Amino acid sequence: MNLTSIDWIIMLVYFAFVLGIGFVLKRRVKTSTDFFLAGRAIPAWVCGLAFISANLGAQEVIGMAASGAKYGISTSHFYWIGAIPAMVFVGIFMMPFYYGSRARSVPEYLRLRFDEKTRGLNAISFATMTVFSSGISMYAMARLIQTLHLLDAPFQRMSIPAQWIFHASIIFSAGIVLGYIFLGGLSSAIYNEVLQFFLIVAGFLPLVWLGLKNVGGWHGLTQKLPAGYTHSWVGMASPHTNRLGVEWFGLVMGLGFVLSFGYWCTDFLVVQRAMAADSMSAARRTPLIAAIPKMFFPFLVILPGLIAIALPNSAPQTSGASASIAQPAESRGAGIIPPKMDANTGLPRVDKDGNVVLDYDLAIPNMLLHYFPTGILGLGLTALLASFMSGMAGNVTAFNTVWTYDIYQSYIRPNASDAHYLMMGRLATVFGIALSVVAAYAATRFNNIMDMLQLVFAFVNAPLFATFLLGMFWKRATGHGAFLGLISGTTAAALHHGLTLPAGAVAGIKGGWLGAVVHQYPSEMAQNFWTAIWAWSTCFVVTILISLLTKPREERELVGLVYSLTGRPSEEYLRWYQRPVVLGAIVIATSVFLNLVFW
Amino acid sequence: MGLDIRLPIGGLFIAIGLLLTLYGIFGDSSIYQRSLGINVNLGWGVVLLAFGLIMAALARWGKPGKASEDAARPGPSPLSGKRH
Repeated sequence: MNLTSIDWIIMLVYFAFVLGIGFVLKRRVKTSTDFFLAGRAIPAWVCGLAFISANLGAQEVIGMAASGAKYGISTSHFYWIGAIPAMVFVGIFMMPFYYGSRARSVPEYLRLRFDEKTRGLNAISFATMTVFSSGISMYAMARLIQTLHLLDAPFQRMSIPAQWIFHASIIFSAGIVLGYIFLGGLSSAIYNEVLQFFLIVAGFLPLVWLGLKNVGGWHGLTQKLPAGYTHSWVGMASPHTNRLGVEWFGLVMGLGFVLSFGYWCTDFLVVQRAMAADSMSAARRTPLIAAIPKMFFPFLVILPGLIAIALPNSAPQTSGASASIAQPAESRGAGIIPPKMDANTGLPRVDKDGNVVLDYDLAIPNMLLHYFPTGILGLGLTALLASFMSGMAGNVTAFNTVWTYDIYQSYIRPNASDAHYLMMGRLATVFGIALSVVAAYAATRFNNIMDMLQLVFAFVNAPLFATFLLGMFWKRATGHGAFLGLISGTTAAALHHGLTLPAGAVAGIKGGWLGAVVHQYPSEMAQNFWTAIWAWSTCFVVTILISLLTKPREERELVGLVYSLTGRPSEEYLRWYQRPVVLGAIVIATSVFLNLVFW
Repeated sequence: MGLDIRLPIGGLFIAIGLLLTLYGIFGDSSIYQRSLGINVNLGWGVVLLAFGLIMAALARWGKPGKASEDAARPGPSPLSGKRH
């Protein structure tokens, strides 16, 4: 691919602004609250945009387009029954306790509500997870830069060997993120996330517009693709009649309830953005304001995937010696999505039924290259890089806060001065990013270890929402109950995964590693959703049982932490459109409407 | 936190909008084959430039964010929670 100077200039302008924000904000960071909580002084709409932008990492942009190409518009379930109801719930019902308790992090809320060991468990697993996630983001970005040959030409000109492209990408992304977080802390991350939000919209909107125009709009798309691609609910009665391979109950409970509520309501990465808000009502509005653009993100990130698969295949026909051998049409990929290449043989990879495996992750990058001429191509690629960085930065700011407040201040050095913790936060930013770099390199060598870690994190996260739900809405729940509930929920997730297998998979990382396979799921997604349902239910039941057997806490200690013992936040002084319940109702109604439109 | 976020947003989009607009006007027009014959640099550049100008104008002359009103509201916090 050939980038021209205009593309490079656009990228440079963006990076200059990113670092510039860090420098401007540096002067305003005086206390640890400024650094970790942005001084609790950010207006609601800014927090709201940062709230979705922190989640708008590469996983979202690349992954959702990939799922769009693979599963079709059903991918929108991740939004319209996944993220949106959970975001409304956290805003209306949970934020009063997160913000009102003045906890500085989600693990700290667990300590206030339950006890030290529950906090420790959550803080340590969360901190480990953020480091690896940011490392994986970094790794994916460097691989993409390699795959797209973005830096090949300049590296050739400077006669630097091509292997260095990977290293340079890692060092560069780590450097930028380190720069602006080290300087400005959370406010710098939030400001940059808002910038990234607008940039991603600016970069992808024209892409969707051109793509839709080309295929004849939504109507044209429905005619070019099989019906399963363009309906989100039709065929959901049975896992065998829809592309996801899940039935509606597993989808609604597993994805809609357990996984989405688990992520949006308990993950400090996103909740931290709301905790930075300048008032209780702003904190409650944060996820609701975020939900408004979030509802429309399927059009921005899933549609390009559908368009990519609907376009006529453009891969050059292999000619020459091999032309006599009949080539299956699939080996050229589908639409503008190429087959996944085997690094060892240089041939397209094939699954065990002989079908070519497509590299769906290239849907978005190939769409950019397909439609964008130089100039706007620079903008599109900058948006893509921005999405990688916002994902990394979100993890890094969550890490440095949890590390400093929940691990360092609690277990290593309590009672130090505020300046000391501020210094530790900056230091944590440096070694958090250093550890992410290590994780990124580990991913290049031991791909299986990364898959395994992500699996373990999934087991740890799955039961979390049960703990928070009981903690916030049942005053009888105790610390011992919460702790044992979490442990048994995670164990249940691991057992379930070890005893089941998705159809067509071999025992190992995909499940069935306990020897016996008790149940076979029609798809990996179904297995994931049901693993989550089992983990959640186990945690819920065990927490209740153990709580009933252990001594409850005094009610006066739980004021501000539990629903029944806390006054409702007053809303009379807010205008109608500022009231969380009104906003929530509008969001839910719109999302129901979108579900019906794409039924 | 003091710095109005709309200022850097405005600045960035004015810069990118200008770059794309100028490139769309003076650049080679044969590159637009892949974008269905549409000069997307010019068209989208103008849109981004306008957006940047609006943001910058709001930062300069607009009211500060609404949220700061209820932050400035006197009286106790709406929730009487546990304090650190």
